[in-house]
Amino acid sequence: MEEIKTGVYICHCGLNIAGTVNVEEVARYAGTLPNVVVARDYRYMCSDPGQALIKDDIKNLGLNRVVVASCSPRMHEPTFRRACQDAGLNPYLFEHANIREHCSWVHDDRQIATEKAKDLVRAAVRRVFYNEPLEIKERPLNPNVLVVGGGIAGIQAALDIANGEHRVYLVEKEPAIGGHMAQLDRTFPTLDCSECILTPKMTEVGQHPFITLLAYSEVEEVAGSVGNFKVRVKKKARYVDEEKCTGCGVCEEKCPWKVDSEYEVGMGKRGVVYVPFAQAIPHVATIDKERCVYFLKGKCRACEKFCDAKAIDFEQKDEIVELEVGSIILTTGYDVFDSRRIPQYGYGRYDNVLTGLEFERMTCAAGPTGGKVLLKDGRQPESVAIIHCVGSRDENYHEYCSRVCCMYALKYAHLIKENTQAEVYQMYIDMRCFGEGFEEFYRRVCDEGVNFIRGKVAKVTDVALTEGEQGKLAVIAEDTLLGGIIRVPVDMVILCPALEARFGAEDVAKLFTINRRADGFFMERHVKLDPVATATEGVYIAGCCEGPKDIPDTVAQASAAAAKALSVISRGRVVIEPTTAQVNEVLCQACGRCEEICDFHAPKVISKDGLRVSSVDAALCKGCGACAVVCPTGAMSVRHSTREQINGMVEALLEV
Amino acid sequence: MDVLSPYKEATDVILEAGGEPLKLCYQCGLCTGICPWNLVRSFLVRRIMHAAQLGAIDFGSEDIWTCVTCRACVQRCPRGVEIIDVMRALRRAVASMGIGVVPDALRISAKNIAGVGNPLGEAPEKRNDWAKDLKVKNFASGTEILYFPCCVPSYDPDVKTIARSTATIFNKLKIDYGLIGTEAKCCGESIRKAGHEDTFQSLAQNNINLFTSNGVKTVVVSSPHCYHTFKNEYPELGSKFEVIHTTQYLASLIEQGKLKLSKEINKKVIYSDPCYLGRHNSVYDEPRKVLQSIPGLELIEFPDAREEGLCCGGGGGRIWMDTPKGERFSDIRVEQAVAKGADIIALACPYCFLNYRDSVLSMGKAETMQVKDIAELVAEAI
Ligand SMILES: Cc1cc2nc3c(=O)[nH]c(=O)nc-3n(C[C@H](O)[C@H](O)[C@H](O)COP(=O)(O)OP(=O)(O)OC[C@H]3O[C@@H](n4cnc5c(N)ncnc54)[C@H](O)[C@@H]3O)c2cc1C
Ligand code: SF4
Ligand code: SF4
Repeated sequence: MEEIKTGVYICHCGLNIAGTVNVEEVARYAGTLPNVVVARDYRYMCSDPGQALIKDDIKNLGLNRVVVASCSPRMHEPTFRRACQDAGLNPYLFEHANIREHCSWVHDDRQIATEKAKDLVRAAVRRVFYNEPLEIKERPLNPNVLVVGGGIAGIQAALDIANGEHRVYLVEKEPAIGGHMAQLDRTFPTLDCSECILTPKMTEVGQHPFITLLAYSEVEEVAGSVGNFKVRVKKKARYVDEEKCTGCGVCEEKCPWKVDSEYEVGMGKRGVVYVPFAQAIPHVATIDKERCVYFLKGKCRACEKFCDAKAIDFEQKDEIVELEVGSIILTTGYDVFDSRRIPQYGYGRYDNVLTGLEFERMTCAAGPTGGKVLLKDGRQPESVAIIHCVGSRDENYHEYCSRVCCMYALKYAHLIKENTQAEVYQMYIDMRCFGEGFEEFYRRVCDEGVNFIRGKVAKVTDVALTEGEQGKLAVIAEDTLLGGIIRVPVDMVILCPALEARFGAEDVAKLFTINRRADGFFMERHVKLDPVATATEGVYIAGCCEGPKDIPDTVAQASAAAAKALSVISRGRVVIEPTTAQVNEVLCQACGRCEEICDFHAPKVISKDGLRVSSVDAALCKGCGACAVVCPTGAMSVRHSTREQINGMVEALLEV
Repeated sequence: MDVLSPYKEATDVILEAGGEPLKLCYQCGLCTGICPWNLVRSFLVRRIMHAAQLGAIDFGSEDIWTCVTCRACVQRCPRGVEIIDVMRALRRAVASMGIGVVPDALRISAKNIAGVGNPLGEAPEKRNDWAKDLKVKNFASGTEILYFPCCVPSYDPDVKTIARSTATIFNKLKIDYGLIGTEAKCCGESIRKAGHEDTFQSLAQNNINLFTSNGVKTVVVSSPHCYHTFKNEYPELGSKFEVIHTTQYLASLIEQGKLKLSKEINKKVIYSDPCYLGRHNSVYDEPRKVLQSIPGLELIEFPDAREEGLCCGGGGGRIWMDTPKGERFSDIRVEQAVAKGADIIALACPYCFLNYRDSVLSMGKAETMQVKDIAELVAEAI
């Protein structure tokens, strides 16, 4: 075995370390440790001259191990590994001791801090003795991309990638794409008609030669890692042949059974066999099996008789589609908070308390009221209150701000003023109008004579206290700007419920091995510097699945996620980290515990030359070490965190 | 406990009366922070705006009559709310629709103006008596300039000096000017701000007809209030004459070399910007130029000058109302002038003149602090 020659470098980090730790003493001490041939201290090891010290020593003194005691490896491990590599030393023969976060920043006593720094350095020197050179490998990747969720985020991401002529599989769980945006009437702050700006994009998705649209489908299983994911998608049976169906709608017309339309949020009806909305893509019918009388009672099949295209197919079965993709973009969007959870606002109890989405359908010309703002009894309201922050900015429900409600509340006020003579009252806590053109829109709505009352609404009641409240709903709040209780009698109340994480987001997160924040939304890798990447390489997030946001921000994120995927595609290869688990096949008893414990499905017990042994898929392994811990025979170990390395450190720490 | 409820009818009345700008107010409170009243007492402008938005205004409250229309708030309002228009609308609602009460002092002035055309209740035919011994001709078609001194210098014996000094200067320089007949009436600026819109309309119509039929092309005025309404409000009602404030006129004469000031006034003079010359009409430099042309005179500035200038307390009809001791802005100004070591407070507005003179007298400072209009100083220095 070659002689181990270790160089140790103690960084002052200005005064960050040197202010608390006697760095010269630590360096002197390090020089006395076995196998250490040089030990130095320097003001800033990460600076170019600092790195040059290491490089020169490697060349001149023939160092084959390097230890730097400085900040966190999260900061500068890559810097020092690169320095070693530049000087011809395998980067895995470098070891980092953290004497800043783990020592100088958390201790006051110079004496004790200096002793601890020595301990940490001793452990690192012992560990590096056992380090082995490791090889970084690369492998080719699959350029296809999976996009999950066909709202505006998914649509945008799919188009960006497909326009670069790469294959996109767009999986949408509902019968048609469009998501929430398809339900909106006009969009703030420009008041573009949502349909008019969304339909062209949906059509493009439907016709794009590089997009394979899998609507009414769900992802069931995901395996593999960046560059080489294997995905199983279940294409649910529509009981309608997509190829034959022309979307003419006769079946829906003839279907004798009507149920609440999801698209109209219960304000309109649809057939049990239905096309969700006029511009639906794909424009084909779907039979709602749960409610189809034929499936429930074995009789009816009315639709079948009338379909000229002979597209109805009661025998259709769910289909499994296997996909191979290199990157995945999740755009599964949000749910709207259930306003019934705040009973004092009367949603579900009072006829004329609506939610934002219901009001969107109401003002939409193609919606259930033909675009008219109407009370349940068909009258036009004379006064409307819009209640902000329903379930948002409220620790009883969601602590966060939903970011879009102030603006759509202003949009509603404008639409009410445009369509009726009604007085409008905005009941708000703060007006948050931060985007491009938002403040200007707020001003415009003020100018239209809308009333703003600052105060979180306590209650909506139909118990009248005065004549003016007879037959109306009284909205009760403190007008915090006048400092008094205010009761506003109105005909209609529109609630602005929070945007919340999708029901089932937890399962989706598990499926794609990504994390969620405490608020339930998917977690980005870094909130500022890596907002669309996730903890899993090759899996990106965009739009409201990452947190509430408006359409402009959603589209920007979607394009960002697409750019990330395209950048991986254009590189053409993926790096495989060498710090993965490895099996000693002689010791392995094929007990399978490693397979059970691994979150990433990396180890599998296989048959090899007639013998059953565990085998690790390096592409999947994150090097977390869980398997090495449960392995009863010691067959499993993780490269760069071997038993020798760990034990060596522990022993070194216990010596004194 | 009082429960508020929006009262749309009241809001509509205010909007109808010209309160439209209040819709834009987003309740930041900057106006309250800036309003000079809060130097001496609480006056929550923002709160008034919000109460007006909701129709929850107490029309009987003193607050309706408090604003001096100094424009300090309007100048800085981040939403561009014409707060003075809102204050005026509230007053109109009270004055013309009879909801609430007009303060007594204001009622008397309004009655005088409507009756005899001046707030002092003096006889119309005495309007030009101040000039009797000065040989000022009556304006006739072809006369170059009409001099319009404002009701206060025309009638108030203590303020006449402004008009007389101006005439003296004009006489010395042989300026072709005249006084309009005694049919002239108050310009109406302040009574309009005090909510009496009909009175204003009839005053303005009277003056416009009189000036037009006499062929008036250029009017020189001593009061920034006349200046403001002639310049910015009369044109909407059909007037076509040019308006110049005396300080502007004197500055231009100095510039042209026609007015030469030779006598020294070896004093420290502090100039107080009138709100209606400064903030309302952005005239800041000419009065200062005139003062600086006086040999020996040292011009000093108030801590808040120009755009930040503190109101004397006389705008918006407040000149006719009583402001209790301790709440008078001109008292604060006199203190400041004393602290700055000024000998003379120079003014360019008859309302300022009235207020500062009162302050100096009531504060017992008349011996050490003089109050003078710029025209007086120029007349002395000529
Ligand atoms: C009342 C209201 C009014 C609004 N008004 C405006 C406005 O005027 N202007 C504006 O800019 N923004 C507005 N917004 C915000 C806007 O709705 C969102 O910014 C936008 O819809 C977000 O798009 P998305 O694609 O991220 O999510 P979504 O629209 O929720 O789309 C997600 C899609 O993913 C699908 N999906 C979910 N889970 C899965 C799964 N597991 N597998 C496959 N598919 C799945 C869903 O079916 C859906 O089609 C409003 C929001 C509300 C609630
Ligand atoms: S400064 Fe303007 S916007 Fe702010 S409270 Fe006053 S009037 Fe309203
Ligand atoms: S105009 Fe002057 S007095 Fe009136 S509210 Fe504004 S700052 Fe106050």
